[in-house]
Amino acid sequence: MTYPANLKYTETHEYVKVEGNKAYLGITNFAQDQLGDIVFVELPEVGREIKAGEIFSTVESVKAVSDCYAPLSGKVVEVNDKVTDSPDLLNKDPHGEGWICAIEVSDPKELDKLMDVAAYEKHAAEGGGNH
Amino acid sequence: MRGLEPLIFEVSKPGRKSYSLPALEVEKKPMSEYLPGGELREAPAELPEVAEVDLVRHFTRLSQLNHGVDIGFYPLGSCTMKYNPKINEEVANLPGFTDIHPYAPEETVQGALQMMYELQEYLAEIAGMDKVSLQPAAGAHGELTGIHIIRAYHESRNDSARTKILIPDAAHGTNPASGVLAGFQTVQIPSNSRGGVDIEALDKVMDETVAGLMLTNPNTLGLFDENIEKIQEIVHKRGGLLYYDGANANAIMGIARPGDMGFDVLHFNLHKTFSTPHGGGGPGSGPVAVKKDLAPFLPVPVVEFDGEKYFLNYDVPNTIGRVKSFYGNFLVMVKAYAYIRSLGPDGLREASKDAVLNANYLLRRITEYYDLPYDRHCKHEFVVSPQRIKKETGCHTMDISKRLLDYGVHPPTNYFPLIVDEAIMVEPTETESKDSLDYFADALIAIAKEAYSNPEMLHKAPHTTVVGRLDEAGAAKNPRLRWRKGM
Amino acid sequence: MDFLPNTQKDREEMLKTIGVKSIEELFSDIPPALRFKGDMKMPAALSEYEVAKLMRELSEKNSAKDLATFVGAGAYDHYVPSVVRHVLGRSEFYTAYTPYQPEVSQAVLQSIFEYQTMICEITGMDAANASMYDGASAAAESVTIASGLTRRKNALVSRTVHPETRAVTETYAKGHNIAVKEVPFENGVTSLTELDKLLASDVACLVIQQPNFFGNIEPVEEISKKVQAAGATLIVQVNPMSLGVLRPPAEYGAEIVVGEGQVFGNPMAFGGPYLGVLAVRDKYLRRMPGRLVGMTSDNRGQRGFVLTLQTREQHIRRDRATSNICSNEALNALAATVYLSWLGKEGLKELAEHCVAKAHYLADAIANLKGYSLAWNTPFFNEFAVKCPVDPEEIVKSLVSKKILAGYPLGRAYPELKDHLLIAVTEKRTKKEMDDLLAGLEGLA
Repeated sequence: MTYPANLKYTETHEYVKVEGNKAYLGITNFAQDQLGDIVFVELPEVGREIKAGEIFSTVESVKAVSDCYAPLSGKVVEVNDKVTDSPDLLNKDPHGEGWICAIEVSDPKELDKLMDVAAYEKHAAEGGGNH
Repeated sequence: MRGLEPLIFEVSKPGRKSYSLPALEVEKKPMSEYLPGGELREAPAELPEVAEVDLVRHFTRLSQLNHGVDIGFYPLGSCTMKYNPKINEEVANLPGFTDIHPYAPEETVQGALQMMYELQEYLAEIAGMDKVSLQPAAGAHGELTGIHIIRAYHESRNDSARTKILIPDAAHGTNPASGVLAGFQTVQIPSNSRGGVDIEALDKVMDETVAGLMLTNPNTLGLFDENIEKIQEIVHKRGGLLYYDGANANAIMGIARPGDMGFDVLHFNLHKTFSTPHGGGGPGSGPVAVKKDLAPFLPVPVVEFDGEKYFLNYDVPNTIGRVKSFYGNFLVMVKAYAYIRSLGPDGLREASKDAVLNANYLLRRITEYYDLPYDRHCKHEFVVSPQRIKKETGCHTMDISKRLLDYGVHPPTNYFPLIVDEAIMVEPTETESKDSLDYFADALIAIAKEAYSNPEMLHKAPHTTVVGRLDEAGAAKNPRLRWRKGM
Repeated sequence: MDFLPNTQKDREEMLKTIGVKSIEELFSDIPPALRFKGDMKMPAALSEYEVAKLMRELSEKNSAKDLATFVGAGAYDHYVPSVVRHVLGRSEFYTAYTPYQPEVSQAVLQSIFEYQTMICEITGMDAANASMYDGASAAAESVTIASGLTRRKNALVSRTVHPETRAVTETYAKGHNIAVKEVPFENGVTSLTELDKLLASDVACLVIQQPNFFGNIEPVEEISKKVQAAGATLIVQVNPMSLGVLRPPAEYGAEIVVGEGQVFGNPMAFGGPYLGVLAVRDKYLRRMPGRLVGMTSDNRGQRGFVLTLQTREQHIRRDRATSNICSNEALNALAATVYLSWLGKEGLKELAEHCVAKAHYLADAIANLKGYSLAWNTPFFNEFAVKCPVDPEEIVKSLVSKKILAGYPLGRAYPELKDHLLIAVTEKRTKKEMDDLLAGLEGLA
C-alpha cells in the first residue's frame, strides 16, 4: 500500500493535504482497507469550526462505524458532496477524489505534530495501532 | 431447488379480493357528511388485491424460504433458541386470552390477572428476588426499565452524583445502549484472563459517581464469573447497584439465583429462558425483578392479590412511570406460564443441567479444530475462534458460518463478543439431543477440513440455499426500503 | 413434562467425552455459598392434558371475552380473519429469530419488506420499520429522533394524545433530559391558542394524535403550519385503520408517523403483544431505531432481502446507537401484512367506512337519549365521548351484566371529564348490540 509524500498523517488514519491556507481532510488508504466497502459518509456542516482531534466526520461500512478525527483546527469551507452518492470513492481513491471536507487552517503550526509519509508508512506496517 | 417468491404486490390484480365484512345494518352516507372534506383520503392506499387462495399460497410458499427451530438446529449464542412446545401456542389462542380488552373491568378478567400474578411469583422465586413487573416488552426494554429504576433509586436518596453505569467489554450491545437511553454515561470494564470481570479495573473505577454495574452471569463467553461475591461487595460498598442481564439465565434455573448472588434488579427474556417463540425477532417479553428496596420504583401497574381478588395496582409511590401501554406482552406471558407449569421446579432445574451438559459436550467435540480462548467448563453456551483455520487457510468465521447453511443448520452467533477475534458463539440449548449435537460437530469438523482442501468453496458458500450471499453493501449504499411499481 | 430428548445413556456418553463424572462437576465454578440448595416454591410439573385444562379454566374466568366491546381507547375489537391465525401458525415464521442469516431468512425479511411498503402506502411516508413494541413506545422514541435532529431539548405533547402514550413518552424523555410539556385542549381538540403560546424556538417537536384519544379529528392543517414555522417536527400518532378514509399524514406535513398497529390483525389480548408503527420522512432515516429491511441482489443475480443500515443499531454502535431496541415485532407485523393483504385496496376503505357509519348511528341515537349528550360538536372517526347523567364507572359496571362493555370512563385519565364515557364502534358491533347499549343507557339515566 502506498501513501503520497505530499500529505501529512495522523495515528488514527486521517490525512491532510495542504494547499495554501486550505487543507483537504480524508481517511487513508489503510483506513479504507480496514473498513471494507464504505457505504455512508457523514459530512460536516460548512461553516463549522473544528478543533484538532475533534470528530469531523463518521464513515460507515456495512457492519462498522469509524469516527474521523480532525488532524488540524479550522473552519469547514467545503464538503465533498460526491461522496454522498458515491461513498465508494473513499475506497477507490481515498487520497484523491475521496476527500471528505476542506477547512481553512487556523493554526498551521499544528502541522508539525502530524506524521510524514515515512513515519506513517511505518505506523501502518506495524498494524496501525489500536484504533 | 425452490424458486423465489414474488412480492404480494406483484401477484395483485385489480378487482380481486379476500375480505368480507359483517352486515352494515345502518345507513351509510357519503363520508364527507361525517368528516371534514379536506381531511378525506382522495385515493385508496395501494394495497395488494388478492384472492384468499393467492394470499395463503404466497405466505405458505414464502414461509418455506425460512429456517426455524421446528426445521432444524439453531444454536445462536445468547439467544436460547430452544424448542417451543406446541401446547403453549394452542392455549395462547384461547378466546378467553385473545378476546379480552385491556380496559375490561377487573372482575371480568380475573383469570388473566391470576395468571399474571402467579407468573410474577414464579419469576421472583427463580430469580431470588422480591417483586416483579411484567410490563417490559423485550429484554432490552427490561434493561431500560431496570436502569431507570436504578436512577430513580439514587435520585430518591438525593444521590445525584452517580452519572455512570459500568459495563464489561463482553456485554451485549444492548447494555451500553440501555444505559445511555436511561441518561447515563457508560464506562467499559475489561475482562481478565479467565474471561471474567477484571477486579482491579472495577476497583479503580467504582466510586461515588457510579450508579451501578450491568452484568451477565454466566457472561457472553458462557463462563460463570467466579468472583461474583467480590464484585458485588465492591459495587455495594461504594453505593452502587447490581443489574443482572438475564439473557443467559437458561444456565442457572434452580441452580443459582441472581438474588442470592447480590443482584438488585434483573430482567428475564421469556422468549429465551421460558421457551416462548422468537417470532422472527418478536414479540418478546422482558419482565423485571427487583429486591424489596427497589419495589417502590417499579413501573405501574403491578398485579396484586388482596386475598379475594386480583387487581391492578397503580399506587406505587416512587414509580418510574410507564414504559409501555397496558400491562406488557400478555400472550407471551401465557406461553411462559404454561411452560413453567409444565416443567415445575424440578423440570426447570433439569433443563438448565442439560443445557450446560449439551454445551460442554459440543465444545469438547470441536476443540481439536477450533480454538478455545478460555479453556474452562462452560455453562449453557461457549465461544470458539477459528484462529488456526484463519491463519492457515484464509477462511474466516463468516465463511464457516455460510458453509454451515449448506449442512442445513443455522450458524451460531458470529463476531460476538467483540473481545474474541473471529468469535463463534454457540448455544445448543437443552432441547437438542446428542444426535443433533453430533451432526453439528461433524459438520463443523468437515468444514474445517474443507477450509484446507478447498478454501475457495467456503468463500463462495452457501451453495444450496435459495439465495446466495447477498450484496449488503449495495443495500446500505442505495437503501430500497419499499416496493414501487416497475422496481 | 420436560421436552428433553437426551436419554440417560446419551448423558453418560457425553459426560465421558467431556471428561467429568457428573453434570454437577460442570457447575463447580459457582461458589458453594451461592448454590441454590432448596426447592423453588412453585407447583410441581404437569402433563400436557393438565396444562391444557388449567389454562382453559383460567381463560374461562375471563368473562370479558363474551362482552360486546364498546371500549376502544387504544385497543380495538376488530375481527381477525382466519388466514391471519393460519399464517402466523406456520412455525417457519414463529420459530425463527431475527434474520441474521439472510440466505435462510427470506420469509421473515420479505414479509417485513412487504409490511414496510404497506405502511408507507398508507401513511404516505418514505420509510417504515417493524420494530417497535407498541404505539406508545414508538411515539416516545420518535420524540428522541426529533430532539436529536433539531438539537432541541423541549417536546410538546397534546393532552388529546393517549394518556399512556404521554406517560411512556415522559419516562423515555427523562433519560434524554428532554422536557415534555402538555398542550391543553379546547372543544375536544388541541387548543391552537395554547399551542401558539408554547411553540417557542427551542421546541423540538409536537406530538398529536389523529383521530385523537377522544376520537375527534384534529385541525391538522393549522397545527402543521404552526409547527413548521417554529422549525419543529410534527409527530402524528394515528389509528392506522382510520387511514382507510382519512388522508395520509404526509399530505399535511407530518414528518414522523407512529401508531398502534394492533388494529391490523392483532387481537386485543389484554393489551399485548401489539405492534408499534413507525414511519418517517427520508431525512430522519438514519436516526430511526430498530431493524430495517432492504432489497438487494445475491451473487447469483437473484433478488433478495437483507437487514440494512445496521450501523444505527446497538450491536454495532453500542452506547451511541439510535436506540437500545433489538426486537423487531416481526410476527405482529406479519399479522398486519396478512391482514392488509386480506383487506386489500378496497377493503381497508370499506371497513373504515363501516366503522364511521356505525359509530355515527350510535352517537346520533345516544344524543337523542334523555340526559345524554355528545361532549363536543367536533367530527370524529369511530370513537366519541358522551356526557352522562350518571357516573360512567357505574354505567360500565352495571351493563356488564347485560353482556355489554359500555366504554371507557374518561375520568380515569381526565379528572375534568369525570362524567364522560368514551365509546368506540368497530365493524363487529351489530345493530342489536348497539340498540342493547342504547336501552341500557336509557335505563340508567
